[in-house]
Amino acid sequence: MRARPVDAPFALTAKESNTDRIQCLNTRAERAGLSRGMTLSDARALRPDLITRPADTPGDAGFLRVLARWAGRYCPWVGLEDADGLVLDVTGSTHLFGGETGLIADMRVRLMRAGLETRIGLGDSRGAAWALAHFGEGVAPPQQPLQALAELPVAALRLDPKLGIGLERLGLRSIADLTATPRAPLARRFGNGLLLRLDQALGTQPEPVVPLADPPQYGVRLTLPDPIGLLEDVTAGTARLLAQLCDKLKTRNQGARVLQLTLRRVDQGSQQVELRLARPMNDPVSILPLFERGLSGVEAGYGIDQLRLSATRVEDLAPTQIASAIRQSQTEDVAALITRIGTRIGLENVQRMLPADSHIPERSFILAAAAFSEAAPNWPPRRARPLRLFPPEPVAGAGPVPPVRFRWRRMALRVAAQSGPERLAPEWWLEDENWRRGLRDYWRVETAQGRRLWMFHTPQQPGWYVQGEFA
Amino acid sequence: MSADFATCYPLKRGRAHEVCGPGATYFAATCCNFSDKPVLWVCPSWQQEMLNPEGFAAYCDPARLLLARAASQIDLLAVSEEALRSGTVGLVVTEIFEPLSLTHGRRLQLAAEAGRTTGLILMPEGMGSNATETRWRCTPLAAGGDSTLQCWELIKNKSGTFTDWVTRWDAAARRIIVVSKTGERPRVARTAG
Repeated sequence: MRARPVDAPFALTAKESNTDRIQCLNTRAERAGLSRGMTLSDARALRPDLITRPADTPGDAGFLRVLARWAGRYCPWVGLEDADGLVLDVTGSTHLFGGETGLIADMRVRLMRAGLETRIGLGDSRGAAWALAHFGEGVAPPQQPLQALAELPVAALRLDPKLGIGLERLGLRSIADLTATPRAPLARRFGNGLLLRLDQALGTQPEPVVPLADPPQYGVRLTLPDPIGLLEDVTAGTARLLAQLCDKLKTRNQGARVLQLTLRRVDQGSQQVELRLARPMNDPVSILPLFERGLSGVEAGYGIDQLRLSATRVEDLAPTQIASAIRQSQTEDVAALITRIGTRIGLENVQRMLPADSHIPERSFILAAAAFSEAAPNWPPRRARPLRLFPPEPVAGAGPVPPVRFRWRRMALRVAAQSGPERLAPEWWLEDENWRRGLRDYWRVETAQGRRLWMFHTPQQPGWYVQGEFA
Repeated sequence: MSADFATCYPLKRGRAHEVCGPGATYFAATCCNFSDKPVLWVCPSWQQEMLNPEGFAAYCDPARLLLARAASQIDLLAVSEEALRSGTVGLVVTEIFEPLSLTHGRRLQLAAEAGRTTGLILMPEGMGSNATETRWRCTPLAAGGDSTLQCWELIKNKSGTFTDWVTRWDAAARRIIVVSKTGERPRVARTAG
C-alpha cells in the first residue's frame, strides 16, 4: 500500500460472521460517505469504483509492534491501544523536541515521510488524548482538558456504542453536556462505567500507560583479558556461557533450537559456530558435547578474546512430569543423536517416514525431517506392498498379462507365478509427470530365478514396467 | 543344522555384520525386531531406490525407523559410527556403494562394541572388509505363490563354520523360520511317512 499509493477510494475488508465488512478506509473513501463496519456490498452500491483488498490482521499487528519500537525514540513508555493505535506517556520528554507541539509536528513529519497517515492527540490524561486523536486532533491545554474536549461527542469517551446511543436519546450529545449534568442521576441511569470514563478523560481518575514488555534477550558474552587458543579453553568458556544462557531459558521454560557462538579473534576477525538442535533444549550438560564438532573446526589464529553465545531460535518447552523422566530420557538420547548426526550431514537429512493419504505407492508416505516431526504411531494397513521401490524401469512385453520371459537389469527372467492385477488410477487432481501414461495394473510376479517383482502394465499406452521388489 | 542357525541368526550384539545379495534389504528388515529401540537406516542421499515403509511394516513398525541420508561414503560411515557408539538405537543399517577398507570395517567394529549396538552393512557383493563378524548372502528362491522363501548363506563367520539355510518369514509370529531341507529331515519323520 505504501509502495503503491492509490488516488481513489480504497478500503481494506475483513470477513466477520460471514459478511465482508470494511475494516479500514482512506480519506477519499471516507469523503465518499463510506464508514468503518459498513458491509462491502453496501459500500460498492455507494461507490462502484471502490478498490478493496482483504485485510492482513496479523501483518498489521506485527507492523504496529514495529511502530511501537520506533516510537521508543520519543519516550520509554509505549503501549498498544486497540488494534490500530499506540499510546505514549511523554511526560518529561517533550522538551527534547521543543515542547508538545514540536513533538507532535516532528512525529507527524516522520510518519508522513514513511507514508503513514496518522491522527495524533495529546492530553493530560490517556482518555483526553484518545478523544482528541479519534475526534478532534490537537493538544489539550494543561490542567484544563475540558477546553479542548467540551465540543467533542460523547463517543470520544471510549463508551460502549449502546451507552452512547442512550445518552444521545437523552439529548446529551457532547462532553460539555455531560459535565453539566448532575453525576448521581447519571450513575444511577448508566452505571459507574460512564463516570469512570469521564473522570479518566478529565484526569481526575488516574489511568496508567502499560508499556510493551521488551522481548527477552537470549545472548551472553564473555570477554577475556588475555586471548585463548586451546580447544579446552574455548570449550570451558562456552560451558560458562551455556550455563548462563540455560538459566535464562529455564526461568521462562523455554529451550533453544538454534544456537550461535561467535568467537572474536584478537585481529578483529570473527568466526561463527552454529548449532542446530533436534529438539528445544535448555540443559547445558547435554548441549556442550554437541558443540564439540563445531569448535574443533575453528581457526584460533592469534587467539580469541571474546565469546558471544546467542540463542537465535527459541521455542517453548512443554511442562514435563518428573515421573515420566525415565521414558523421556530415551527420546532425549535419540534427539541428541539426531543433532550429532545433523551437524555432520545436515539436520534435514535425518528423516522419518510418515504416512500420507494417497493410494499412489510412491506418494503413500512422506519423508519429514526427524528433528521437526513426531513419529506416526500407527500405519494404515494396506495390501501387500514391495519392500523396495524404485522409479519405474521399462521391460519389453505386450498384452495385459505379464510377459513370460523378459530382461530386467541385464538378467533374463522367466515368470513362474503371478498374481494380479490390482488397478490403480492416477490422482487426476494432482499433476504428476510419472503418471502421464494413465491407469496402472499392478502384478506381483515371481520369477523362476527367485526374484519377486512388482510390475505394472499401462493399458492406456501399452507398456510394462518394474517398480518394486518384494522380499 | 538348525541348532547352528540359532547361534548365528539373531545377529550377535555389539558387532558389525555384513549382508549382500538380492535379498539383503529383506534380511535387514527381519533384523529390526531384535530390540525395541529405534532403527537407524543410513543410505546415500542420491539413491533413487527407496525403502518402502508400507512393505517394511510387515516386518517392523515404520515409526521406529529413522533415515539418515549422507552424500558420500565417508559421511555414511561417520554417521553409522556415531550412531553405533551412542548406543541409543538398536540397529544401524548402512547401505554402502564403495568397497569397505579394513580400517573402516575395524572402526565400525570398535564403535559397535563401545555402544553395545548391532551394525549391519548392506553392500553389493564383494565389497566387504575382513573385520566383519559374519557375512551373509541372501538369494530369494522360487516357491510359487505368496512366499518369502530365501536361501541364506553364511559366507564368512568369525566364530564358526560356513553353512546355508532355507528360511521364510512367518508373518503371524513375526519371526524367521528355517525350512528343513528335504534330504535332511529327521529319521522319525521319514519312517512315519
